Amino acid sequence: MTNLADAPPQAVSAQPPQRRSFRDLVIQTEINFRLFGMLVAWAAILLLFHFWSGGTFLRPENMMSLAVQASGIAVISTGMVLVIVSRNIDLSVGSIVGIVAMTYAVLMTDILPNDLGLAGDFPFRWLIALGMGMGLGMAIGALQGFIIAYIGVPAFVVTLGGLLAIRGVVWYFSRGAAVSGLDPQFQLLGGGAQGSIGGTMTWLVAALAALAIIGLLYYNRRQRRRYGFPLRPMWAEGLIGVAAVLFVFGFAWLANNNFWPRGLAEQYARANNIPIPEGGLFIPAGFPYPVVIVIGVMLVMTWIATRRRFGRYVYAYGGNPEAATLAGINTRWTIMKTFMIIGVLCAVAAAIAAARLNGATLDIGVSYELYVIAAAVVGGTSFAGGIGTISGAVLGAFVMQSIAYGLAYVGVNSPGQNVVAGIVLILAVGFDSWNRRRGS
Amino acid sequence: MTVQPTSPEPSSEQSGVTPLVEMRNINVAFGGVHAVRDASIELFPGEVIGVVGHNGAGKSTLMRVLSGAHPADSGEIVIGGKPATLRNPRDAKNYAIETIYQTLALADNLDAPGNLFLGRERTTRGGQLDDSSMESETRKVMQRLNPNFTRFRQPAVSLSGGQRQAIAIARAVYFNARILIMDEPTAALGPSETAQVHTLIQQLKSEGIGIFLISHDIHDVFDLSDRISVMYQGRIIQTVRREEVTTDDVLSMIIIGQHPGAAAQPPAAPPA
Repeated sequence: MTNLADAPPQAVSAQPPQRRSFRDLVIQTEINFRLFGMLVAWAAILLLFHFWSGGTFLRPENMMSLAVQASGIAVISTGMVLVIVSRNIDLSVGSIVGIVAMTYAVLMTDILPNDLGLAGDFPFRWLIALGMGMGLGMAIGALQGFIIAYIGVPAFVVTLGGLLAIRGVVWYFSRGAAVSGLDPQFQLLGGGAQGSIGGTMTWLVAALAALAIIGLLYYNRRQRRRYGFPLRPMWAEGLIGVAAVLFVFGFAWLANNNFWPRGLAEQYARANNIPIPEGGLFIPAGFPYPVVIVIGVMLVMTWIATRRRFGRYVYAYGGNPEAATLAGINTRWTIMKTFMIIGVLCAVAAAIAAARLNGATLDIGVSYELYVIAAAVVGGTSFAGGIGTISGAVLGAFVMQSIAYGLAYVGVNSPGQNVVAGIVLILAVGFDSWNRRRGS
Repeated sequence: MTVQPTSPEPSSEQSGVTPLVEMRNINVAFGGVHAVRDASIELFPGEVIGVVGHNGAGKSTLMRVLSGAHPADSGEIVIGGKPATLRNPRDAKNYAIETIYQTLALADNLDAPGNLFLGRERTTRGGQLDDSSMESETRKVMQRLNPNFTRFRQPAVSLSGGQRQAIAIARAVYFNARILIMDEPTAALGPSETAQVHTLIQQLKSEGIGIFLISHDIHDVFDLSDRISVMYQGRIIQTVRREEVTTDDVLSMIIIGQHPGAAAQPPAAPPA
């Protein structure tokens, strides 16, 4: 597992100063160097498993299944970045996922139809359940955040208590039973063949994303020119634009080469009187809903973290709590909000998890906190506070899931996967702090 | 000990002018320790008051009360002739009181514009941070304070002591302060940067800004101050006009807590 450590091309920087090193070129593009290194490491991991498995690992169905499995962790990890950046921790995320997932299940099977008289055909019933679950997640986050920020109990203690207590409440809530049978529309959130947006929509989304990327690059350049700031070279702009657009369309291509299972496709064809061609009917599945959710959450959270005052305050507090207070920032309210946000994100992840299971079990979300924290930390979030990016954490979630999925794919059992995941976690963070020390 | 709280008499030529700020009978205690006892001080437009005293004499605590960083246990603050309540730093900033802290109070992970506008970010109509406009303003103010400053997008942690100081000073002067508190503004600076700060203080003075200058450096204080307030064990034992005392007078007030001559009034002749 030295791939993580070897991948970023720092070794090149030891060249004589007059020759421009590869690192200088990368710096000129103003790409986040760390993120770039992680992308290379991730690519290396995927390739490693591809060859190890004899060239089958990188198939579209594997990649989509991997992406769906990573989605819940990725969603919560974006919130964990804000929590850790502001020098706190949230150990209760797995239990919040558990109680919100159980809430969705109990709402849709019992409370909504039996107590509130909303039968299964009530329009948008699943949205009502989703809204209530997200409200519950936010309320739990608000309560924990209040105790942490305004009463001053350490986050580790409060959320450790939350981890234990909330998981216990799940048991009482369902009287110890697993609950299943969710609304069909809600089940789509879990992904799978039908829980995907389809081939045409996938191309459309990819095209929109490409336009957005180009528009953003253009806007930034125009803005910098307007104020007369130094511009990055045109070749760098072009390189970034082309690479990002290629990545988007490559991912869409992958998703559209993941087809509906044969049985389902034939069933669909019969129901709609479509002739089945020779060799079988191939219906592109496109992006699974969980992946669309991850992308949406990542964009919104990046916007909050980098373009909003709240995000700026979270980072300022993490960098120097006293400076943030002396600057007149309402630091307590800022901290409380980070826990409310991660509560809502837990509810989103709970929806994905419950939808995949078509119900909720007592142990749904167990040990999520460990994977979420690992994803954030592998993605470059520092426990010293003030440092970490949303996109890094999402990437971290995908890297960790790729390792787990890849090892399972080549036949390593679950304890073995844990051994490797633990070592990778330590190596990644160790390499990062070594690199940072060297850099300063 | 003949330490007695002196009610600071307004300097003669300014007796008709409303002080920018008056702090009256301020008390602050941490647990059982009285950090500030019954301190009163006033500051006039265009005046520099040097606040001197030993470590732990209460200088920084008294000034933190005025910055809104620490509430007073009792006493009143009058700003521009009207009573004011300073519950937090935001209140103080609303009264155009700006502070340059000894620690500089910079968020090390943010860049210069991020620090300069911290808590007062410019936003676009949609409520988004307007980073370009903030960077542009930062470039302008830095052009005036420290023309050599070019690293506008580097986190503060990677900047030199002088550059960090420049950001802290820029933050205080950019928002049109009327009362400026400078806590050891030159402690981390080399000779040329110190000279720059001296020039800046003269310039701000001429614009009618009132400045509290906390410093360990008695020469700094004598170079820059119009009046000097000496604190000893939490009390302001005396506020004197600079030209009426020598550095030795002030030093002995700092050390033994009383004027070497008489107790209440500054003597005509300094001791040899």
